[in-house]
Amino acid sequence: MNRYLHCLRGVVGRELLRFLHQRTRFVAALVRPLIWLFVFAAGFRMALGVAMTDPYKTYILYEVYIIPGLVGMIQLFNGMQSSLSMVYDREMGSMRVLLVSPFPRWYLLICKLLAGTMVSIVQVYVFLTIAWFYGIQAPVMGYLWILPALIVTGFMVGALGMLLSTFVKQLENFAGVMNFVIFPMFFLSSALYPLWRIREGSYLVYQIAALNPFTYAVEMIRFALYEQLNLEAVMIVVATTLVLLALAILGYNPARGMMARKGGGGD
Amino acid sequence: MTLGENTEVPALEVEGLSFSYSGKPVLQEVGLRLEAGQFTVLLGPNGAGKTTLFSLITRLYDRRVGSIHVGGYELRRDAVAAHARMGVVFQQPTLDLDLTVRQNLTYHAALHGMGPREARRRAEEQLQRVGLGESLKTRVRQLSGGQRRRVEIARGLLHRPRLLLLDEPTVGLDIAARRDLVERVHRLCVEEGVAVLWATHLIDEVYPEDRVVVLDAGRVRASGSVSEVLAASGATSIGEAFDTLTLGPAEVTI
Repeated sequence: MNRYLHCLRGVVGRELLRFLHQRTRFVAALVRPLIWLFVFAAGFRMALGVAMTDPYKTYILYEVYIIPGLVGMIQLFNGMQSSLSMVYDREMGSMRVLLVSPFPRWYLLICKLLAGTMVSIVQVYVFLTIAWFYGIQAPVMGYLWILPALIVTGFMVGALGMLLSTFVKQLENFAGVMNFVIFPMFFLSSALYPLWRIREGSYLVYQIAALNPFTYAVEMIRFALYEQLNLEAVMIVVATTLVLLALAILGYNPARGMMARKGGGGD
Repeated sequence: MTLGENTEVPALEVEGLSFSYSGKPVLQEVGLRLEAGQFTVLLGPNGAGKTTLFSLITRLYDRRVGSIHVGGYELRRDAVAAHARMGVVFQQPTLDLDLTVRQNLTYHAALHGMGPREARRRAEEQLQRVGLGESLKTRVRQLSGGQRRRVEIARGLLHRPRLLLLDEPTVGLDIAARRDLVERVHRLCVEEGVAVLWATHLIDEVYPEDRVVVLDAGRVRASGSVSEVLAASGATSIGEAFDTLTLGPAEVTI
């Protein structure tokens, strides 16, 4: 059991160290949601004021509404980024170093996912701290409540990225995947507008958003930030995570998965 | 981990191994046997199937016919035990350039279930052995190509495997670094009693006391000691034997 923990510590530690060395990545990860917050949300404050809706107890500013969506965005980008690094690692060979470890492959992949999730959680808390000083403050305990929600969301988007990484042969193909995955997932969700508001605009978009698991991740984070449990959202996110995780593990199975046909390098 | 194990069991035994890649056979009926302390050169031109063979032995691919045993453990059935007994140096460099040598090694140690203290001790021990004892805190980016390779060898030996696999480890090194690496690994093989499988297409990396397996177009053309391979091919030097076995007689006259 101890050996498993050492392995987990090693994988998470490496990911955090690598992240600390990639300052530009850290800055980019923060600038993106901050631009949304300071520019987009501030500009649309008047046009898009949000009426009273759960879990908020009062009328809120648009900046307040958009925070959980931006938290989700940080995690979504990070999840895709770590899968991008898995494609890179596979091309460069360091994925092989991980996969020749004597631990079961499913365990190694879960370690890798947890490592990516931890990195995203660091980013989220830095973002929330900046938002706090900007004046967007949730109940103090809410910041603790969101931790489990962030872990589950991190796993969900990480497993999605991992699954995608088994389909992507080369790094160059990845930009397309980003466009076809990140943008639709983010825009067709409740990250920017509440579902009821989307419904007023377009019923079709509403239906898509209501089927998008990312919507539920955002809602789970939103409720948790206000010390509430949105059970429906939690169940949907957990179920989605399990399915994606199972598929990703299958994808990295040496006998059946995509690795059997790829792996690159040499003759 | 390896203490007390039966050293009679071969470090690596590959039998009747065949593998095809999208319908095209890449390896056909490959067989090898490596004993402890033996340095075996897997000699083959580019495209012979050397890397594929390595990918199968390390279980990156698993769709195959035939059996692979590492230290007596069947790779598919006892993957955990088999992986614990092999160390690998891949063809491509796989160190994290921005991390220090020690961070790279302790990461690998963690992947083998070692605690931080044990990991540090072994990292120091193995780095001394490859002549890099002073470089623990150096970032890998600051090391030369030859030094990086030596770190990878130290990493491959960190968990004291019985089998060390090296896939064209001298690619990209200058002549001096290449000679140094070949010499060091030969010495390690004797001192540590570890079985080494060294893939290359460079015949000058073969020492007279080595064992040689000549692989071409996915088949083993000859295997045994240098003298046995020479006798089998009717050649007088290993270079000539390599040409005879891999090019066919008509082309050897060039």
